[in-house]
Amino acid sequence: MTKENHNTRVVVGMSGGVDSSLTAALLKEEGYDVVGVFMKNWDDEDEMGVCTATVDYEDVARVADQLDIPYYSVNFEKEYWDRVFEYFLEEHRKGRTPNPDVMCNKEIKFKAFLDHAMLLGADYVATGHYAQIERLEDGTVQMLRGNDDNKDQTYFLSQLSQDQLTHVLFPLGKYEKKDVRQMALDRELATATKKDSTGICFIGERDFKSFLQTYLPAQPGEMRTPDGEVKGKHEGLMYYTLGQRQGLGIGGAGDPWFVVDKDLENNVLIVGQGSNHERLLSNGLYGSGLNWISSDLPSEPIRLTAKFRYRQKDQEVLLHVKSVDSFYVEFIEEQRAITPGQAVVFYDGDVCLGGGTIESAIREKKDGIA
Amino acid sequence: MHDIYLDHAATTPVREEVFEAMKPYFDGTKIGNASSIHRYGRKVRVEIDKARRTVAKSIGARHDEIVFTSGGTEADNLAIRGSAMANRSNGRHIISTNAEHHAVLHVLEQLEREGFDVTYLPVGVDGAVTAEEVEAALRDDTILVTVMHGNNETGIVNPIAEIGEKLSAHQAVFHTDAVQSFAVLDLDVEQLGIDLLSASAHKLNGPKGAGFLYVKNQTNLLPLSYGGEQEKKLRPGTENAAAIIGLESAVSLREAERTERYERYLALKKMLIERLDVNGVQYERNDFAAEVTLPHIVNINFQGVPTEPLLAQLDLAGVAVSSGSACTAGSFQPSHVLQAMFGDDDGRVKTSIRFSIGSTNTEQQVIDTADTLAKVTELIRSRLQTR
Repeated sequence: MTKENHNTRVVVGMSGGVDSSLTAALLKEEGYDVVGVFMKNWDDEDEMGVCTATVDYEDVARVADQLDIPYYSVNFEKEYWDRVFEYFLEEHRKGRTPNPDVMCNKEIKFKAFLDHAMLLGADYVATGHYAQIERLEDGTVQMLRGNDDNKDQTYFLSQLSQDQLTHVLFPLGKYEKKDVRQMALDRELATATKKDSTGICFIGERDFKSFLQTYLPAQPGEMRTPDGEVKGKHEGLMYYTLGQRQGLGIGGAGDPWFVVDKDLENNVLIVGQGSNHERLLSNGLYGSGLNWISSDLPSEPIRLTAKFRYRQKDQEVLLHVKSVDSFYVEFIEEQRAITPGQAVVFYDGDVCLGGGTIESAIREKKDGIA
Repeated sequence: MHDIYLDHAATTPVREEVFEAMKPYFDGTKIGNASSIHRYGRKVRVEIDKARRTVAKSIGARHDEIVFTSGGTEADNLAIRGSAMANRSNGRHIISTNAEHHAVLHVLEQLEREGFDVTYLPVGVDGAVTAEEVEAALRDDTILVTVMHGNNETGIVNPIAEIGEKLSAHQAVFHTDAVQSFAVLDLDVEQLGIDLLSASAHKLNGPKGAGFLYVKNQTNLLPLSYGGEQEKKLRPGTENAAAIIGLESAVSLREAERTERYERYLALKKMLIERLDVNGVQYERNDFAAEVTLPHIVNINFQGVPTEPLLAQLDLAGVAVSSGSACTAGSFQPSHVLQAMFGDDDGRVKTSIRFSIGSTNTEQQVIDTADTLAKVTELIRSRLQTR
């Protein structure tokens, strides 16, 4: 960085949680000109009529006051609805399993919010994500996994572009989550013992099915085995995800039952016995929307590791890129429950190279043909 | 970083004289309850009576026409709800405007839910309504007309005296929210032809939590709360003596300094505008079409510069201003006053800022503010272009 820290304005996205609180604290200690900004993305009230955002904003205020930094709020409810929630609904309508966190990072936290921060005079934005930015000598950046394997969030950040990442700081990426808690406690931050938020931000702790029901009409149908035997009724394909075991209500002898496929055309949920049912297994996938952070798209098939879901152990793959809109991933080992709509994210060692969206699983073995 | 406060329409600092006047009520000197018959009570009672006369005199009212309240919001509530409830047997129609303060609008909305019928006269691009428009909206069952004196966001003044004249032969009670105007203008209730007037102490270097409602004799009003016999039962509860004395002190200072303040604030406002011109800042005053404005408030549109980052940038540079609208957790609302003037979707509602001048301001501060504005509007405009 050419500028001195005290002349470098960092706008921190503060959610009222412990991670973003410590992010602001660490940057302040390093002497940056730190400004906290709270994003309100969803209009919501709990059962007592208290807006959850108001409570979180008060926590932002308490921490900002402790750190003696200015703080503001910004409203992205419209942007969130248009760019994240509509996508979320549309994917469910198609019977796919969307990843709103990936979309929120791409469209809100590192687009709408980044744009807003720039208007506040920011040189950088910072968030409490567990990932690391490495600035290379040629002026480009790469994104590395967070040091805490269990918390690494590069999966959710895989759609960020070179241009977006250039303006980003992730001060927590080098720490373990437990150290973050401890550091927050050491600094007596007001949010040091606050519970981590769980679930998709707009659903919160509520029941997923009833939430979705208020936005999408349910289309009940039959549950069948791959051979066509009717095993019961489903409440709507969108409520189920591949590999799911809970909530099927099929009893009887033998191995437990799983969702192994969805027949959208006939509105049939395909179920099978055993967590490694053959219908759940695949040898490759087709993907779309490939974001390649180095902007140096591989022209030849390339051996990498990949994740098909958050927190999954890295899997060996061969990536065949036809274009950003169409790529094929060949698995070295068979994979279970490859889920259309979810992200596939690629790594070279600790470097997160980018990712795309899973369009479909390929069951048969192919010979490296995209 | 500057240290400039240009948000005196939001609130003002308490003057030293006011603080001194209030001290005896906190340091054990004057401890009584004004309603008590003993000498401790009497000592406070006499001060409150004196305050009532001072306040009454400042607007040309009689001392028994002043009800002390906790501030402007309570005065507005008591005026509107109190007269609506007291006069509902005479009709259920109320006339107001769509550019009122929320302390008026939200009471009216509640009354609508309770069965009252409210006509919100739309203000013009000049930010005001005319007496003719009010007259034309009058019905036989109109029981209340409430039109603000000077607008808190734009400083635009309504023709209250003319409206008062039109209403002189009608049953409707006439209320005006004069919270902003009272700080800087000479107001006379007789000349304005009004029945109810709200004002607040903290807009004129008095304490927060103090205000009053002028209630013309014979005006029918019901209280909002019930209890003791204080304030002619219209506002029961032990008098907040310290606040009332603070209000009196601020009103006395206003009496002595009003003309000088008016001239000084106006000159500083002019200087701010001129300096923007000198700096070549692209802007437009939102009161460009107004006939009468308050000297201390000016609302300015910086075309293409969104309000939120502009406010934050000014704050980060040490200049405190506001957009005139309440802002809670991430719920920036476009100004309803500018929407009333220009339309809901007009760009100006999202690119405007209110400056309000007061006792703390100097010429140098105004110049620094205009220079800062030149810098930050330039930065924001350039960053908007490059994205």
